[in-house]
Amino acid sequence: MWRFYGRRFLANRLALAGASVLLFLGLAAVGAPVLSRTDPNQQRLTERLMPPSVHHLLGTDDLGRDVAARMLHGGRVSLRVGLVAVGISVIIGTWVGVTAGFFGGWVDGLLMRVVDIMLCFPTLFLILMVIAFLDPSLWTVMTVIGMTSWPGLARLVRGETLSLRERDFVWAARGLGLSAPRIVLVHLLPNLVVPILVSATLGVGSAILTESALSFLGLGVQPPMASWGNILTSGKDYLHVAWWLSVFPGVAILVTVLALNLLGEGLRDVLDPRS
Amino acid sequence: MGAFLFRRFALTLVTLLGITLMTFLVMRIAPGGLTAGTTDLSARVSAHEQRKKFAALYDLDKPWYVQYGRWLKRLSRLDFGRSFKDDRPVLEKISERLPNTLLLNVLSLGLVFFVAVPLGILAAVKQNTVWDRAVSALVFIGFSAPTFWLALMLMMLFGVTLGWLPLSGLHALNADELSATSSVLDMARHLVLPVLISAFAGLAGLSRFVRNGLLEVVRQDYVRTARAKGLPESRVIFRHALRNALIPVVTLLGLSLPDLIGGGFIFETIFAFPGMGRLGFDAVMARDFPVVMGVGTIAAFLTLAGNLLADVTYALVDPRIRLAGKHR
Repeated sequence: MWRFYGRRFLANRLALAGASVLLFLGLAAVGAPVLSRTDPNQQRLTERLMPPSVHHLLGTDDLGRDVAARMLHGGRVSLRVGLVAVGISVIIGTWVGVTAGFFGGWVDGLLMRVVDIMLCFPTLFLILMVIAFLDPSLWTVMTVIGMTSWPGLARLVRGETLSLRERDFVWAARGLGLSAPRIVLVHLLPNLVVPILVSATLGVGSAILTESALSFLGLGVQPPMASWGNILTSGKDYLHVAWWLSVFPGVAILVTVLALNLLGEGLRDVLDPRS
Repeated sequence: MGAFLFRRFALTLVTLLGITLMTFLVMRIAPGGLTAGTTDLSARVSAHEQRKKFAALYDLDKPWYVQYGRWLKRLSRLDFGRSFKDDRPVLEKISERLPNTLLLNVLSLGLVFFVAVPLGILAAVKQNTVWDRAVSALVFIGFSAPTFWLALMLMMLFGVTLGWLPLSGLHALNADELSATSSVLDMARHLVLPVLISAFAGLAGLSRFVRNGLLEVVRQDYVRTARAKGLPESRVIFRHALRNALIPVVTLLGLSLPDLIGGGFIFETIFAFPGMGRLGFDAVMARDFPVVMGVGTIAAFLTLAGNLLADVTYALVDPRIRLAGKHR
């Protein structure tokens, strides 16, 4: 079975491209301290706003810090935020979705109302409302993004659960007198892995977008810690003199999220038996 | 239809209550309590006076459900309280910003619709050709690009390098001296970049939606019938297939409202656009609770209204939806 999926995956060129880019980014993020000897936070005030050159591949920022080194370390931040936030959102979303779909009735009604309500708020404003009153830090950002991004997943999982619930193998499990947790864990969850995996992959992308937006607004990752979003903040201030400050981090975000989206869509095509 | 509408409205009412409860609770969990950040906000009103006023306004000495009940009662009279910053009624502050945001959203929704629908049709009709791939690429980039970064790039290109368009605001500094025509023209120039940015992300979603919807419909029997009786392909697509493929678009437009309003919090801030998003952002930064709560509630209400409108329209144009409930 794995060979079958493996072959289908290798045949999907876009998904493969996405996966390769991500692998590269992941390696760069893990190996950042080794890859770049330059301290991302070292200020050299005599070398402020230098354009890209041999010394500073991607130029320097307004405090003379090396943009390439900051980007490398910013990549670590983005990937971490994306993975942790999505981890939180997958746990909550799956739990809520399965509970609502499996038990139905008033539990379903109540949980889905909560989901409706959360989806009514513009996500970013909901995050802003909460985050502005907490101490901004990497952990705050990850937790808040995770805690606000689960409703979409919950709705998806609920739908899948509803249709699985009526399938023969679930009825058989019930007929055998299995307990609800056992039916959910052993018989339902394995069938939910594919939609959850696809939606989680896409979710990492949107978490990275949200983090960069928050950091850009000054509410996310706090300086001096580098993040692609907060490099862009200084990019905005020096738009007319230092194009490299706003071009490179944006391209990095775009490429990362694009790779995740391609991989997510690719996984859907490869793993979905209906396609 | 009556039963459908009734069910839908009842649900909306519940959601509406939930929205207010959630806004209220989010503000309550703010660390340091509601009065913590109010001291340095206003030079006109002393800290002590401010706090007393606030405690009285939100009944802080009472249990939370009493506070919520009273706040809700004031809300029902459209009383959102007064801003901490300048002591003006919140509703007044929001209503002077709301038209700008609505103007921006209507323009960008319109742009999205008129660009995305043809793109989607093009991609579906020429499935698996270069055209389809190009639209696909656009869709993926649209989903992946951070809007605030695109805003920066366009500002750099059109505002700084080419100098064609103004960078921020909605009016030029000398707007008062301009004649009626040139003042409209001035506003239009200020709107170009925000509308473009706001439309870009929605464009991706909608064109893919139209493409997939049309491909779905084209496989239906009645389309085959239309082809079989020898109608020209253009007539098959535009007369027979498109009508049904476009129905779900109504819903999507309704559902994209929160993103449009939400996206506004970023690019309205970047462009210094005097809209509701920027008001909300500034209020959050200044811990101006009444304004934050007001903007949050109204943004959620607008979204809810958009969804309701979309659902009802959908039920009106597609009998399958409003009849679906009857079999249960």
